Amino acid sequence: MNDKVRKPSAEPLLWEMGARGRLAFSLPERDVPEHPLDPALAGEGPDFPDLSEPEIVRHYTRLSQWNMAVDTTMYPLGSCTMKYNPKTNDRQAALPGIAGAHPLLPPPLSQGLLRLMFELEQFLAAITGLPAVTLQPAAGAQGELTGMLIFHAYHGDQGRRRTKILIPDTAHGTNPASATLCGFTAVAVPSGPDGILEPEAVARRMDADTAGIMVTNPNTLGLFESHIREVADIVHAKGGLVYADGANMNAVMGQVDMGAMGVDVLHLNLHKTFSTPHGGGGPGAGPVCVSAALAPYLPVPRVVLTADGFTWSDDFPRTIGRLHAFYGNFGILVRAYSYILSLGADLTRISPLAVLNANYIRAGLRNHYHLPYDRPCMHECVFSDKHQQAHKVTALDIAKRLIDFGFHPPTIYFPLVVPGALMIEPTETETKETLDRFIAAMQAIAAEAVEDPERLRQAPLHAHRRRLDEVQAARKPCLTG
Amino acid sequence: MRFLPHTEADIDAMLAAVGCKDLAALFDDIPADCRPAQPLHLPPGLSEWALNRHMENLAAETATGPGYDIFLGAGSYDHYIPETVQQLLRRGELATAYTPYQPEVSQGTLQAIYEYQTLTARLLGMEAANASVYDGASALAEALLMAVRITKRRLVAISRAIHPHYRHVVATYLRPTGLDIIELPYGPDGRTDLNPLDDAREPAAVAVQSPNFFGCIEDLAAAAEAAHGDPATLLVAAFTEPLAFGLYPSPGALGADIVCGEGQSLGIARSFGGPGLGMFACRNAHLRAMPGRLVGKTVDADGRRGFVLTLATREQHIRRERATSNICTNQGLCATAAAMYMASLGGTGIRALARLNYDKAGYLQTALRNAGVALPFSAPVFNEFVMQLPPGSEAVYRRLLERRIVAGLPLAPFYPELADHYLLCVTETTDKAALDRLVAEVSS
Repeated sequence: MNDKVRKPSAEPLLWEMGARGRLAFSLPERDVPEHPLDPALAGEGPDFPDLSEPEIVRHYTRLSQWNMAVDTTMYPLGSCTMKYNPKTNDRQAALPGIAGAHPLLPPPLSQGLLRLMFELEQFLAAITGLPAVTLQPAAGAQGELTGMLIFHAYHGDQGRRRTKILIPDTAHGTNPASATLCGFTAVAVPSGPDGILEPEAVARRMDADTAGIMVTNPNTLGLFESHIREVADIVHAKGGLVYADGANMNAVMGQVDMGAMGVDVLHLNLHKTFSTPHGGGGPGAGPVCVSAALAPYLPVPRVVLTADGFTWSDDFPRTIGRLHAFYGNFGILVRAYSYILSLGADLTRISPLAVLNANYIRAGLRNHYHLPYDRPCMHECVFSDKHQQAHKVTALDIAKRLIDFGFHPPTIYFPLVVPGALMIEPTETETKETLDRFIAAMQAIAAEAVEDPERLRQAPLHAHRRRLDEVQAARKPCLTG
Repeated sequence: MRFLPHTEADIDAMLAAVGCKDLAALFDDIPADCRPAQPLHLPPGLSEWALNRHMENLAAETATGPGYDIFLGAGSYDHYIPETVQQLLRRGELATAYTPYQPEVSQGTLQAIYEYQTLTARLLGMEAANASVYDGASALAEALLMAVRITKRRLVAISRAIHPHYRHVVATYLRPTGLDIIELPYGPDGRTDLNPLDDAREPAAVAVQSPNFFGCIEDLAAAAEAAHGDPATLLVAAFTEPLAFGLYPSPGALGADIVCGEGQSLGIARSFGGPGLGMFACRNAHLRAMPGRLVGKTVDADGRRGFVLTLATREQHIRRERATSNICTNQGLCATAAAMYMASLGGTGIRALARLNYDKAGYLQTALRNAGVALPFSAPVFNEFVMQLPPGSEAVYRRLLERRIVAGLPLAPFYPELADHYLLCVTETTDKAALDRLVAEVSS
């Protein structure tokens, strides 16, 4: 027998295991008689495999071992803020009085939960400088939609339908789709030679048919939009509104006042900045913070404090309506609230350390990779594969080779303004030693690109799978087994 | 602070490498007019045990668990969640990964979602399911927008027996589009009255929910026939309680074109309404108009089975303003929980559990009727139904609240014509003694 490391070739699918009649569920005892059922109405029930509890536990434990995650390694996925997720937050969200709460309990029976939401809104208002908050959007993209619905309703109240919206080429990729849902046509605004917005470029495009602008600040190049105040003034002078995508808030907490910047609407990603686990793609939460003038448009119901305590109110006649069946992803709100309480005043240390970590990587790699905008960055730095292209090595190859060094790849080919982009966001929770190892790995890969480029094109060599055939997957979709 | 690893020596060494004199200098690009007028003031951080005490105090102000009998459903259901599901879901490798953009190091998440898609398609009787959307309400809104895209029509017909909050979300999503919505009333048996469809001009979709908001099982086959009287019109079947499909036929088997709803029942805590799970399925013919992420099966360079995100050309990050939806982050971990739960039940278990829910609700219906309480709707139910109390029932409801019984959801705020009507829910977690107590209290 070969004693080399033997990896299982595949984990069986659920329906490739089990045997009819097994059960991994503790059915309660029957304490009522069978109730008559019209046989004509009954169905056959779904074709599910029958499994035992040990089979379930091993299956999912083994599957979990096929993932990289923040808990296993540095995950410098730019724009996603993959910071450490404190374990205590999961404990709080699982408390029986929280996890077991029915959303339609009468308010006198849910005072603690309403208080939590009320206080979290106040924290987020203080952190952003925007006074009114809704916690209802279930993710950042739904927060963007909420913002665009507010734009739409506000302009409707002004008696003028506006059809366009300005979106810089350094904004987040979701923004155009969110604006389109509200009937706005996206108008691209190119960034200037130093990677940030030029006020003149906005002034040339802003007119009375334009609802406003969607800015990501810091932008997706990891640069602060330092003309933002002037841009906001231009947009406001033409009756428009300013939307800020707060996905990059981890760079500037305590450093900026979004209201002072001229921002009217901002969404936050609690699963990024406020450290709730990303869950392999959600659930997240995308609260929206607005200026006092736009507060009447926030979704309902809203938590209000009365003489009798906290309660729900729908009494906001200018509200855009409702985005969620209940109040949003409450369990995620609990985790963000716990995070803020755990940090307290230390919350203002996050952004300086996140920015320090990103600049440390920038400094460590700027002689090895092309840096299209060679200036100090905020929480993330964007390199490109330009130097490696001479050896026919791409950003994709570099990313895949990083896996062999034990790191999750950065975001690649985004932002689109940088061809072959490698977007690296380390976050504040990585140690200097980890960053040093990461920098050394990236330097080694840059050297390999010259000496042994084929190795990069074959990477990863040490993952559970080699590169997967995405063309076949899309050409002949097989979405169920 | 235990989440922040930097020592003073680390910071000094790193600042030197970066070429900055101090941390404040990292923010020199931020102009003065963007800065806060006052420093951000937050209270001192709490120790782990102080946080525990604070959170336990907040949780203690909530009516849950032993000591309370809560007969609330209405889109959020109390089902037992196996300990395996809860513990496996907490594994950091699953919980702290992100969207599986790099499939070679995300096979765990990808296979788990592929299995979720498969079990969901089987449960709903459809050919394809996506990797989830936010919740049942936004799933319905997305389904209607999808039907509008497919048919290029401007009208949707929605049953008034769909969850009122879902209809509110649909109205919110559709308002800026200028699409028209007509509401189909409910009839005396509690089911949707399909007759007004005869006068509807070319609807893109007809949407009904089954079990509906009153707990009644809709005649989906009749709805499909009515909708398909116009061959282009799509039947959208919504749900809030997917466990019902362990007992009743799946919406797909009855002719639905798009099936969407809330999957919280499948192993996800109620958690004051979220996070839940937006389940979304359709027929292969409509696959490319479907919103949301999809996982597909493929092979790696050595020919071994593996999984990837696929058909991304529908999505916002590739197609931008022409995307089928703006959704990116979805409810991945909740979808994984639902797959674990469905696998734990299996085909044998889901039939037994669904039947037990049905029987408990049936027992309570019979007992209430025998005690003289009116049950106004005659349609068959699953684990929810409406009871009607004599006028002035608010006093009775309040008296029960004082005895720690939440006697269902008052319907008057949602349906003004249903004063003194209450929506009751019974699941496998409610024991017979609690049912008998409720009957004694409301009929006394």
